Amino acid sequence: MALPVFSPSGSRDNDTWEIRIDKEADIVAVRQQVRELAKEYRFDQFAVAALTTAASELSRNVWVHAHQGVSRIRVLRNGNKVGLELEFVDNGPGIADLDRALAGGFSTARSLGLGLSGTRRLVDDFKIDTAPGRGTKVVIRKWKKDY
Amino acid sequence: MPSGSIPILKIGPTLLATIQVELQDTVVDAFQNDVLEEIERSGANGLIIDISALETVDSYVARMLANTGKMAKLMGTETVIVGMRPAVAATLVRMGYFMDGMNTALSLEEGLELQRRRLNSLDGE
Repeated sequence: MALPVFSPSGSRDNDTWEIRIDKEADIVAVRQQVRELAKEYRFDQFAVAALTTAASELSRNVWVHAHQGVSRIRVLRNGNKVGLELEFVDNGPGIADLDRALAGGFSTARSLGLGLSGTRRLVDDFKIDTAPGRGTKVVIRKWKKDY
Repeated sequence: MPSGSIPILKIGPTLLATIQVELQDTVVDAFQNDVLEEIERSGANGLIIDISALETVDSYVARMLANTGKMAKLMGTETVIVGMRPAVAATLVRMGYFMDGMNTALSLEEGLELQRRRLNSLDGE
């Protein structure tokens, strides 16, 4: 694809990648970095698409609602298992009605209602910490399947 | 001429838009406007959007594509989405987004055939 895999605002530290989100193009940068890593660790094509889509939804949430934040991608190892953990942190307005946001169909200006609820269905673990005025932190994990 | 980075070509009575770039939100927004203007300008009565190069279609892109189809329909043009990858289809349905009401085809060839049959049946009326 046209854009570089490693965003200029990104950095790598051992098995953690960090990409700042402060412009719309960073959604694409996070998406591409997650795709490259998921492929490098040989997730199947369905898991690659799930992780990449989840990264896209969550980084868009940061950009649209908080205008800036940070994404961190970590490689997880548990015995023979390999997983990816994606973390999105912002100091934006936070979510007042979390239950409603997680139920889906809760449409805001650009997130169109499926960002959080849809993402949750794509991953193995989904944690969210948010309150009005306190920003939002979302951590998701997906483990590679052994066939 | 379209202002975005997605080329829109005319093949007979049908417009063909092939998305080959990693989609940024503003590119999708521009594409929607471009394609609607191009329908009016060209008088095309079919639109095919080829997404076979897309490895990721998130809820925003999916909704914009579906809305573009609805807008084209209001103008009198049927849209067919072609070439959706298996992992993209699986991801959208798992998220709960079914792109209801969209015509789809496995490949560009099948999409063109679908549009041709539709036009023939219109001529026969």
